[in-house]
Amino acid sequence: MPVSVENSKIVYNGLKRSGVKIVSALPETWLVHLINLAAADPDMTLVRLTREEEAIGISAGAHLAGVRSALLMQNHGFLAAINPIVSLAFLYKIPLLMLISYRGHMGERDPWQTPGGRLTEPVLKALDIPYDHLTNTADVERQISEAQTLAESSLTPVALLLSRQLMWEP
Amino acid sequence: MQRIDALRAVYPDIENDIVVTIMGAVAAELYSLGHRQNFFYLQHAMGLASSMGLGLALSKPNRRVIVLDGDGSLLMNLGTLSTLAWYAPKNLIHVVFDNQSLLSVGGFPTATSARSDLAGIAQKSGYPEATTVRSVEDFTTAWRAARERLELSMIVAKVKAAGPKSFLMDLPLLENRFQFQRWLKE
Repeated sequence: MPVSVENSKIVYNGLKRSGVKIVSALPETWLVHLINLAAADPDMTLVRLTREEEAIGISAGAHLAGVRSALLMQNHGFLAAINPIVSLAFLYKIPLLMLISYRGHMGERDPWQTPGGRLTEPVLKALDIPYDHLTNTADVERQISEAQTLAESSLTPVALLLSRQLMWEP
Repeated sequence: MQRIDALRAVYPDIENDIVVTIMGAVAAELYSLGHRQNFFYLQHAMGLASSMGLGLALSKPNRRVIVLDGDGSLLMNLGTLSTLAWYAPKNLIHVVFDNQSLLSVGGFPTATSARSDLAGIAQKSGYPEATTVRSVEDFTTAWRAARERLELSMIVAKVKAAGPKSFLMDLPLLENRFQFQRWLKE
C-alpha cells in the first residue's frame, strides 16, 4: 500500500508524545497505518466509530474526565461532524485535536473526493477553527504538540490536515 | 409511568455516579429533584449523551456512568449502540426514557410510536442486557439488577409524553460544565 508507514509512525509518535490516550477513528485509506498503530498499542484506547459525530461526544467525555484524546478522520468525516463541533465543542468549550486526512485536493484521482476537498479549508475558516498542514516530517511532532497546547489553552477544536505529501508515497 | 417518578426512584442511588442527561424534560426534571455537581446536562448535540458516556466510562473505569437518554435523541445516533456494544463498558448504564415523541419541540411522534423497539435494537447491536419496562416498580427492579450486574445495560422506560411545566434551569451551561469537570477531578 502506498500510504507511508514511516510517516504514519511519525504522526502516531507525535500523538503519543502529546499524551493522547484515546483515539477515535473511522477508517480511511490514508489513516490505515495510524489506526493499526493505535490498535496494536496496549497503552492506547482505540474507539472505532460508526460515524464521526460520535467522536465529538467521546472526546468531550474524555476531556471532562481529564484524559487527552484525538480524532482521526477524513475531511468528509469532519464535514459530517460539524453540528456536534458547533453544538457541543463550541457551546461547552471542549478542546478537540482533530487529525483530518486532506483528500480531494491537489493530486487527487478519486472524483468523489473532490467536492469535499475543495470545501475543507473554507469550512474550517468559516468555523474559525485554527488549523495547520502537516507536510514535513521534521515538523510533525512539534505541530501536533502545538495544536494540543492551543486546543487546551483556548478550549476549542483545532485541526491538523494530513497532507498527500506526508501520507502518500508516490 | 411518569418520567419524574422513575427519576425519583433512582435519585438516591446516583449520588456518586457520573450522570449525563439529554436536554429537555429529562434534564429539567432531574434538576428539579436537586442538582448535584456530578450531573451534566447536555443541552444540545442531540444523540451524543451516550457518546459522552462512552468517553467518560473509558476515562473513568472505576466509576459508574449513568446516561439518561431519550427516544428522540437516541434515534438521532443509533450507531452509538453498535459502538457502545463493541467496547461494552461494564461501568455504564444506559437509561432511555421512551415517550414515543419529541416532546419539547411540539410532541411529534418518533418511530418508537410505530414499530421501532430500542431495547431490541440495543440487544441486536450487542448490548449484554437490554430490557423494556412500563411501570416504576419494574423500572426499579431493572435498575437494581443493572447495578448489580456490572455489565453494559440498557433500560428502556416507557413513559408518558408529559414534561415539567417549565424547562428553565438556573444553571448556565458553562457553570455546569466546569463544575462537573472539577467534580470529576476530585
